[in-house]
Amino acid sequence: MIQFDNVHKQYSDGTQAVNGLSFEVEEGTTTVLVGPSGCGKTTTMQLVNRLEEPTEGTVYYDGTDIQELPATELRRQIGYVIQDIGLFDHMTIAENVATVPELKGWDDDRTDERVDELLDLMGLPPEEYRESYPGELSGGQQQRVGVARALAAGPDVMLMDEPFGALDPITRENLQDEFLDIQEEIETTIIFVTHDINEALKMGDKIAMMNDGELVQYDTPAAMLEAPATKFVEDFIGPDRTLKQLRVLQVSEIMRTEVPDEHRDVVDAFDPADTVMADGGELIPVTPTDSAQVALSRCIQAGVRALPVVEDATVIGVVTEEDIRGYHADEIEATSE
Amino acid sequence: MSDLISLLAETWAYLLANSARFFELLREHLTLVFVSEALAIIVAVPLGIAATRNDRVNSIVSGFGNVAQTVPTLAVIALAFPILGLGFLPSVVGLFAYSLLPILTNTIAGIESVSDSTVDAARGMGMTDWEILRKVRLPLALPVIFAGIRTSVVLNVGSAYLAFFIGGGGLGVWVIGGIKLFSTTQLLAGAIPGALLAITLDGLLGLAQRRLGTETASDRTAAAA
Ligand SMILES: Nc1ncnc2c1ncn2[C@@H]1O[C@H](COP(=O)(O)OP(=O)(O)OP(=O)(O)O)[C@@H](O)[C@H]1O
Ligand SMILES: [Mg+2]
Repeated sequence: MIQFDNVHKQYSDGTQAVNGLSFEVEEGTTTVLVGPSGCGKTTTMQLVNRLEEPTEGTVYYDGTDIQELPATELRRQIGYVIQDIGLFDHMTIAENVATVPELKGWDDDRTDERVDELLDLMGLPPEEYRESYPGELSGGQQQRVGVARALAAGPDVMLMDEPFGALDPITRENLQDEFLDIQEEIETTIIFVTHDINEALKMGDKIAMMNDGELVQYDTPAAMLEAPATKFVEDFIGPDRTLKQLRVLQVSEIMRTEVPDEHRDVVDAFDPADTVMADGGELIPVTPTDSAQVALSRCIQAGVRALPVVEDATVIGVVTEEDIRGYHADEIEATSE
Repeated sequence: MSDLISLLAETWAYLLANSARFFELLREHLTLVFVSEALAIIVAVPLGIAATRNDRVNSIVSGFGNVAQTVPTLAVIALAFPILGLGFLPSVVGLFAYSLLPILTNTIAGIESVSDSTVDAARGMGMTDWEILRKVRLPLALPVIFAGIRTSVVLNVGSAYLAFFIGGGGLGVWVIGGIKLFSTTQLLAGAIPGALLAITLDGLLGLAQRRLGTETASDRTAAAA
C-alpha cells in the first residue's frame, strides 16, 4: 500500500532527517515507527502525505509514485493525526471532525451522521460534545477528537503521530485498547508513530525501528523480540525482553485443544454458569486473545499449573505453565541455531 | 475648582449657542474618520495578508511601517498638502495613511500567531493555501485584527483635529481657532466632544471585540472557568 524505496530527506538547513529508508507497509496492517526523539519518525510520516518531499528516492502509494498524485487530493485520502493534536480552536468539536468531509463536499446530513457516529465511537457522547470547543476539553478528550477528525472521511490510510502521547498511563492504555477494537472494524492501513516500545509492541503488526534517520530493523513484534538485529534494538527494547515476549504471545498460539489428563481437574473446575468472575483466589480462565503474560500471572496467582481457555462460555482448551516456559525455551534454541 | 465648573458651564453655553455649527463640525470630523478608516481597513487587511504570504511584500511593508512610525501625523498631513492641495481629499489621504499602520501590524501579527501545529493539521488534511487562510488563519487572527482596528480608530479621532491645517474641517476648526483667539471656551467646545467621541468609539468597539472573542477561542476558556 505504502512503499519507501531508498528515501532520503535532507532539510534546507542541512539536517539529514531520513537516510536511505526502504520498507513496505501492507494494506490493512498497522506499522509502527519507533525510535528515540529526533530519529526522523515525523519526517518519515510527512513524506507519505507530501507535507515533506524526499530529496532522493521514491515513496509509492498503491504502486504510484506520490509525486504524481495531486497533494491535496492525496491528503484528503489519508487521515492524519498530528503530534501536537492541532485542533482548530475556533471551531466546535463537530466542525473539527467534519473538516475533511466538508472539504470533500459531502452533504450536511451525511456529514452530521458521520460526526455523531465517530464521536460515539470515540466515547464522546455527541449530545454533550458536538457544540463544545477544544479549549473546554481535557487533553485525553482532545486526542480522541484528533483521531475522530482523522477518521472522518473513511481514509484508506491513517498516519498517527504519537496520537496518545502526553497522556497519563491509564488513559493511554484505555485509548490504545479502544483503538485496537476500532482498528478491527475499520480495516485501514495505519502508520503509527511512537517512541514507547511497549506501545509499539502492542499496536503494531510490524515494527520499523529507526535510529538517526535509518531503519535499523523491520519485523513483527515477536520476531523483533526474539532476534534484535543490533545492540541498539536490544537496548531500546530494554532488559525485560522475555517478559515483553510473553506480552505479545497470544494464548491461542500455545494452548492445547486436547486436555492432558493431569490438567483435567482445572477444566472440570470451570463452571460456565458462575466462575468467569474472580473472587478470593478463585481460578480465572483466560481467553484465546489474552497474552501469555496474563496466563502466567493468573497461574501464579491461583497457585495452579494450568488454566482453562474459554471462549463464548465454553472451554476450548488449556494453557499450561509448562508450555509457556517451554515455548520460550524453544525460541531460545531456535535463535541460537 | 469653581473656575473649572464655570468654565465647563461657559463651554456648554457656547455649544448650545452654536449648536448648528457644532453639528456641522462634528459631521465633518466623523466623515473624515470613517472614510479614512474604511479605506485603511480595505487596504491594510489584504496588504497584511499578502505580507504573510510573500517575503518580499513583508519586507517592504515592515520597512514602510518602521519609517511611518517615526513620522508625526502632522508631517503626513503636511506632505499630502503639496501633492493634493487643500480640503477634504488630502485630509482623508493623510488620515488614511496614518491609520494603516496599527491595522497592518495587527493583521500580520494575528495571522503569524496561529500555531504551526494548527496550520500543519489543516494542510495535512488537504486544505489548499487559500482554504487554510480563509478557514483557519483569518478566523483565528480576527480578534487581533479587530484590536488593531480599534486602536486605529481612536488614533484617527485625535489625528483628525489636524485636518484643519489643510482645510479639511472638523472639530479642529474650533480647537485651533480657540488657541488663536485665546478663547478657552471655544477650544474646549471643540476638544471635549472629540475626547468623548474617542472614548465612546473605543468602548463600543471593545464591546464588539469581546463578542468576537467569545465566538472564537481566546476568551472562551476564561469564560467557561
Ligand atoms: N522543518 C525542519 N527543518 C530542519 N530540520 C528539521 C525540520 N523538522 C525536523 N528537523 C530535524 O530532523 C530530525 C528528525 O526530526 P523528526 O521530527 O522527524 O523526528 P522525530 O523522530 O519525529 O522526533 P520526536 O520523537 O521528537 O517527535 C531532527 O534532527 C529534527 O531536528
Ligand atoms: Mg515527531
